[in-house]
Amino acid sequence: MALDRIKAPLIKDAVDFDIQLKPYQHFTLDNGVEVYSYEGGAEEVMMMDLVFFAGNCYEEKNWVAAATNFLLKNGTHQKTAFELNDYFEFYGAYVNRTCYNETATINLHTLSKHFEALLPVVSELITESNFSEEELKIYQQNQLQRLTLNLKKSDFIANRLIDEYLFGIAHPYGTYSTEAAFKNLTREDLVQFYDRFYKHGKAVIFMAGKFPKNMQSLMNKYIGALPLNQKALPKYDHPIISAATKKYSIVNDASSVQGSIRMARRFPNRHHPDFPGTQVLNNVFGGFFGSRLMRNIREDKGYTYGIHSYLQNHVQECAWMISTDAGKDVCGATIEEVYKEMAILRNEKIDEAELKLVKNYMLGALLGDLDGPFQIMNRWKTYLLNDLDIAYFNKTIETVRAIQPADLQALANQYLQPEDFYELVVY
Amino acid sequence: MVVCFKLIFVVLMIQFEKFQLANGLKVLVHQDTSTPMAVVNVLYNIGAKDENPAQTGFAHLFEHLMFGGSVNIPVYDEPLQRAGGENNAYTTNDLTNYYCQIPAENIETAFWLESDRMLSLAFSEKSLEVQRKVVCEEFKEHYINKPYGDAWHKMRALAYTNHPYRWMTIGAELSHVENAKIQDVKDFFFKFYRPNNAILVVTGNTTTEQVKALAEKWFGPIPAGEPYHRSLPQEPVQEKKRSLEVHADVPMDMLMMTWHMGGRFDAGYHETDLITEVLGGGASARLYEQLIKVKQLFSSIDCYHFGTVDPGLLVIEGKLVKGVSMAVAEQAVLEEVEKIKNELLPQKEVQKVINKTESIICFEDMSIMNRAHSLAFYELLGDANMMNQELEKYQAVTPERIQATANAIFQDQNRNTLYYYSKN
Repeated sequence: MALDRIKAPLIKDAVDFDIQLKPYQHFTLDNGVEVYSYEGGAEEVMMMDLVFFAGNCYEEKNWVAAATNFLLKNGTHQKTAFELNDYFEFYGAYVNRTCYNETATINLHTLSKHFEALLPVVSELITESNFSEEELKIYQQNQLQRLTLNLKKSDFIANRLIDEYLFGIAHPYGTYSTEAAFKNLTREDLVQFYDRFYKHGKAVIFMAGKFPKNMQSLMNKYIGALPLNQKALPKYDHPIISAATKKYSIVNDASSVQGSIRMARRFPNRHHPDFPGTQVLNNVFGGFFGSRLMRNIREDKGYTYGIHSYLQNHVQECAWMISTDAGKDVCGATIEEVYKEMAILRNEKIDEAELKLVKNYMLGALLGDLDGPFQIMNRWKTYLLNDLDIAYFNKTIETVRAIQPADLQALANQYLQPEDFYELVVY
Repeated sequence: MVVCFKLIFVVLMIQFEKFQLANGLKVLVHQDTSTPMAVVNVLYNIGAKDENPAQTGFAHLFEHLMFGGSVNIPVYDEPLQRAGGENNAYTTNDLTNYYCQIPAENIETAFWLESDRMLSLAFSEKSLEVQRKVVCEEFKEHYINKPYGDAWHKMRALAYTNHPYRWMTIGAELSHVENAKIQDVKDFFFKFYRPNNAILVVTGNTTTEQVKALAEKWFGPIPAGEPYHRSLPQEPVQEKKRSLEVHADVPMDMLMMTWHMGGRFDAGYHETDLITEVLGGGASARLYEQLIKVKQLFSSIDCYHFGTVDPGLLVIEGKLVKGVSMAVAEQAVLEEVEKIKNELLPQKEVQKVINKTESIICFEDMSIMNRAHSLAFYELLGDANMMNQELEKYQAVTPERIQATANAIFQDQNRNTLYYYSKN
């Protein structure tokens, strides 16, 4: 019998998959710091995320949180920056740090067999960092150069400005680095921030992979004895002040061959009942390679190498963002097509087959995203830091499975109104 | 430190089975029942180096066209997404690789889709027209609209006089892709995208039995093509140092140097990889410590290579601190290079870069996707099992062998330098 290549093989619908988020283990260190962990995997590797409530929403001066976080690893009272890095790298370990809005992290990836050797020195970063004038000076100089370079890039500028329009320059989500911010940093700023938000700060820990047998006692010895979680965090209040003007066009480089387009509206956080449904709508709109924006603007018209929409990953309030770099002469046409796609979603019910495809895609991708201990813990980390639990996971899945074309149309009518969107092109 | 196409080595032995179909398609299977997913990976033995010098960028253009519908299936993505799968592809100077990850229960969908586009593409004029534009926008986004975006175009043309590594995968110039005709595209496809020029790797929650049956069913009927015998122009040994000055609207001066190094099959490959780690791998590496921290001549500096199959380039590139002269910066880099030639590395420093490599291997080996990429790549090199021997090869490297390799590579007549000046 000839092979029928036209007809697709039978598939099991991803909506019928049993998708579980495996539970974490949990213990509390002597000083009250919570540790969430997930043990598993075939390789003898592990990761540890020390999360401090030390994001930029706690800073009183621009860029202090980010600079403190960056320079944690650049010298302690016992070791120079080189000695610290050499120590970590000798064990083949990766110690990274990242500063976000609410939190800032120190992240360790290591072969499990070296955890015991590494943990005391990671602990040293939390208690003994010295923020030398020399290290700060090098940081300032190199960051200033990096900023000068980035300010040549239209996409960098567009990303900064759109956040400023949405949240206001004084809000942690809308602020950004400036030459003045780097220049005004002082050692005293960093030392104070470090003492309050790391050394005597509030932390929570996430771990995944294969752990050494004595992991818990090691954690208690090197982290559980530190003066963490003793003092309540200061309250902060950063009102969101969105820009009054909605449309912007900026020429950063007259010889540019492309424009960086950003379109965005404010959107509630994950606790809002519309969040899971809007994630489905976002996928239909511009959330994956088969989305309408991608099919129309890239695959049909060839205006861009890629166009995406997404819901931002903020705790307090999010934004719904459309982002692309398009040919200079087709930026206007691209924006017009985005609005057309919004109108179609408002005016017409999405076809059942298209919706089914999006549902299957989302659940299949989720199944892949939960494959492995690091991935499982990362999902939990997002939930726990956003004050969510397994009910949110289950509700998301349930929403993807059950949502109907009429629900999506209603969401589109509520949230995809052109007058709510900021619109920016940077050439 | 290898960039771009990061090679993946494995500490745990990766078990696999291998068979070949009558049409020449090689098939490898690696089973992992701990995951609900499977990866279907098709590597085609065609990279930018196989292109006609007057039609560069074709291998990469094809990566785009391969999603524009095949002879029996009008759209590639939709059926895959409906089955809960995701896919992507990449093109290097050496190869083109397509892969999808899909819930294991729906694995047959991937076989159906991948085999139909190996059978034949739809070759629609519309798809070609659109993808030409998309690739041109990609070209602009990455190589024109970015400061220093043309540096690698210039460096490749400087360092290679004969070997086709002298152009980038995106193409030597926009016009080659802009002028692509449907007949050119068809010829290219039937020359290179044949089962006897491809390697199929399946990893994840599957069995060899299942893969055998599915491979026979879907790929078995595809006719073999004319065997492709690669005979590329070889790069002559460089006998005199070369340099190029560029003045452009960029905020700071950049210095980029390259030296010719061996390919994947040459002795000294693993030593060279470790040399780039000693010089440029992380914040305790020599260039970072000496030139950014101690002397403060550079605001950023890297040392890497691309892990190419044919003889490649070892690269050092960095941005100068404002006010530092190019000559002073260059001299300082060369001093570090001289040190590695003249002084035996301490055993501890060699141990550090070997330990780092072991760690990279372990972490990269965690996903069935990476395992599929490595198996395919090492099979392309001649034997997938080589991926299981990589760590041993690194562990055998000694300070003496590193010094000898450094002396072979870091010769002045073997060097190409790009002085990229800020006009401001």
